[in-house]
Amino acid sequence: MQLEESSRMVQTTSTLEARTIPDSTLGQIHADNPRMKARNVDVFYADKHAIDNISLDIGSGQVISFIGPSGCGKSTFLRCLNRMNDTIDSCRVSGEIMIDDQNIYDSSIDVVLLRARVGMVFQKPNPFPKSIFDNVAYGPRIHGLATSKVELDHIVETSLQRAGLWEEVRDRLDQPGTGLSGGQQQRLCIARAIAVSPEVILMDEPCSALDPIATAKIEELISELREQYTIVIVTHSMQQAARVSDRTAYFHLGKLIEVGDTKQVFTNPLHALTQDYITGRFG
Amino acid sequence: MSNQVSFGLSPERAAERVAESISLRKRRENRFLFLGKSAVAVALGFLVLLFAGILSKGIPGLFQHYVTLDVQLDAERLDPSGQGTLESLADGDFDGVVRDALYEALGGPTGRKAKRQARRLISSGSGQRLMHHVLDNPDQMRSKVALQFAVDDDVDTFLRGLISRDTPEADRRVSDQMISYIDLLQAKGRISYEISDYLFFGSASRDAEMAGIRGALVGSILTLLVCIVIAFPLGVATAVYLEEMAPKNRLTEIIEININNLAAVPSVVFGIMGLAVFIVIFGMPRSIPLVGGIVLALMTLPTIIISSRASIRAVPPSIRDAALGVGASKMQTITHHVLPLAMPGMLTGTIIGMAQALGETAPLLMIGMVAFIVDVPSGVTEPGTVLPVQIFMWADFAERMFIQKTSAAIIVLLAFLITMNAAAILLRKKLERRW
Repeated sequence: MQLEESSRMVQTTSTLEARTIPDSTLGQIHADNPRMKARNVDVFYADKHAIDNISLDIGSGQVISFIGPSGCGKSTFLRCLNRMNDTIDSCRVSGEIMIDDQNIYDSSIDVVLLRARVGMVFQKPNPFPKSIFDNVAYGPRIHGLATSKVELDHIVETSLQRAGLWEEVRDRLDQPGTGLSGGQQQRLCIARAIAVSPEVILMDEPCSALDPIATAKIEELISELREQYTIVIVTHSMQQAARVSDRTAYFHLGKLIEVGDTKQVFTNPLHALTQDYITGRFG
Repeated sequence: MSNQVSFGLSPERAAERVAESISLRKRRENRFLFLGKSAVAVALGFLVLLFAGILSKGIPGLFQHYVTLDVQLDAERLDPSGQGTLESLADGDFDGVVRDALYEALGGPTGRKAKRQARRLISSGSGQRLMHHVLDNPDQMRSKVALQFAVDDDVDTFLRGLISRDTPEADRRVSDQMISYIDLLQAKGRISYEISDYLFFGSASRDAEMAGIRGALVGSILTLLVCIVIAFPLGVATAVYLEEMAPKNRLTEIIEININNLAAVPSVVFGIMGLAVFIVIFGMPRSIPLVGGIVLALMTLPTIIISSRASIRAVPPSIRDAALGVGASKMQTITHHVLPLAMPGMLTGTIIGMAQALGETAPLLMIGMVAFIVDVPSGVTEPGTVLPVQIFMWADFAERMFIQKTSAAIIVLLAFLITMNAAAILLRKKLERRW
């Protein structure tokens, strides 16, 4: 058996070596109705080249999923889309990311406004240590979205309803958001993100800390939200990508290997690396 | 595929070895536990010794002996102009009135020598005490009232049994004549042992029986107020800037190292700096709580900055991400989320710094807060002293009664410290939040 194991390893290595990383992305990087456009994006952490020349359109009203092995740069690229990478001192970004024909890395862009338009949900549920109401109301409050208490109440209620949490928390809005279960917390974070009416929602492995039932609820929620929002989701679960997304992008070692309709990527991948990954050969 | 081939140790053999190692581990654990427990026991023992020592010496210092005299409040002698104000009373012969009451209680000593011995029984501040009583109770004028006056510190020491009757008269500060008077007063039940009002309401005095901590206590409070008003905002602002905004480069690294170094600088150095900068260059007056507070603020700043930075760093980054993710600006992220979450830790650090400042003597000696000041300071720019310096001064005086007063002042200082720490714990409990 040991012999068998090692021979398989040798074989895998040899096939990997044989697979060359393409110079340019395979598949269709353009979308019919792009909400965001990334062109020739490079990201460096100090000397490390984390993202290598990626160009990609994020289609309006679509769900696009980023898949790939750990450390392939998919989260880094996601965090470029609302400039969350700005918080990392050593991080440098070059290239263009356009939203409405405006480069978000342009000095005239207000990063606060950008993040109001491009919301984010994180890997670990991170509600504020405040009440459920205050968690959802925080965004509208700082951006001055509500002119009255009634309006604010309405925003909080509709956001929680859209996040599918309203029925569970309507009687305890004044209780701390940190007292909810993991899945509820993550839906609270989604409600918090949609309360500022963003155009795009970035989700960084939103289900990795959740059990299957909570995961199913979030996936259901994503399907409902796609009608109103453009969603970008990073996931380690191939099934999840296949279930929720319209398009899929496969990242490998900082490069975007291929992108296309989810169905096509999963049934008929253009590149051998993509095939290896989705069939569970490595990653 | 069997385990024996790959490891060479059967499960039975392995279990035996594990059993052997368990007893070794248990012995180690027990030894460690014993060491820990004995360390705690030793520490507790020293603490008990310390408190027992301070309390046994200091509690008698909270009390002193008083003699009750029937004073005839003679308006003509006490208030010649009859206005009842502080100025008109200043002309009154209060010492004489008290003296007469004393002679009366002693059955009228005759002769100058006997009278002089009698006068030595009571505190030299007795006339002053009577004047304040009259000022507060003008309606008692022209009547005869029983009032308590402090006995002289030597008499007090004698009454505590610290001066023996068997000592030759020439070697003790209380004469035979005085002893017989004391016995007489005691027989009449005129001498009482009560909580010392001079200790809590009196100010600095060379007479041990009249010495009190009021001036020093007020001075300490004023100094700490100045200290916290300067050190807390400055310390928190520095910590927030260094932790959240400053670029990580050579310069901030040097600043960080220097802050850590400052925390270890002997406090007397801050005193010398205060003297050189605030008093010599800026020309501020000596001995004032304002300068004392500034010097102590500089001394506590590193403590506050270091603890504030630690508590800011302890705020989970996910909270920052969450705030930035919904579009909060950097400032909003800090003021709405980071500061409230870091506040309990910051306050703890601040109160530890304040407690350190409260007990500080050396830097205040440098800026002249060791001066002998009788008046209670009514503002931060009036000369004053602080509790630890008062204790330091009293410990230096020769009179035996100052030993008790010193210990009593130490008790007050400790009570102050414990109150501050309790406040810190309560505040932290109240502000602490889970996440």
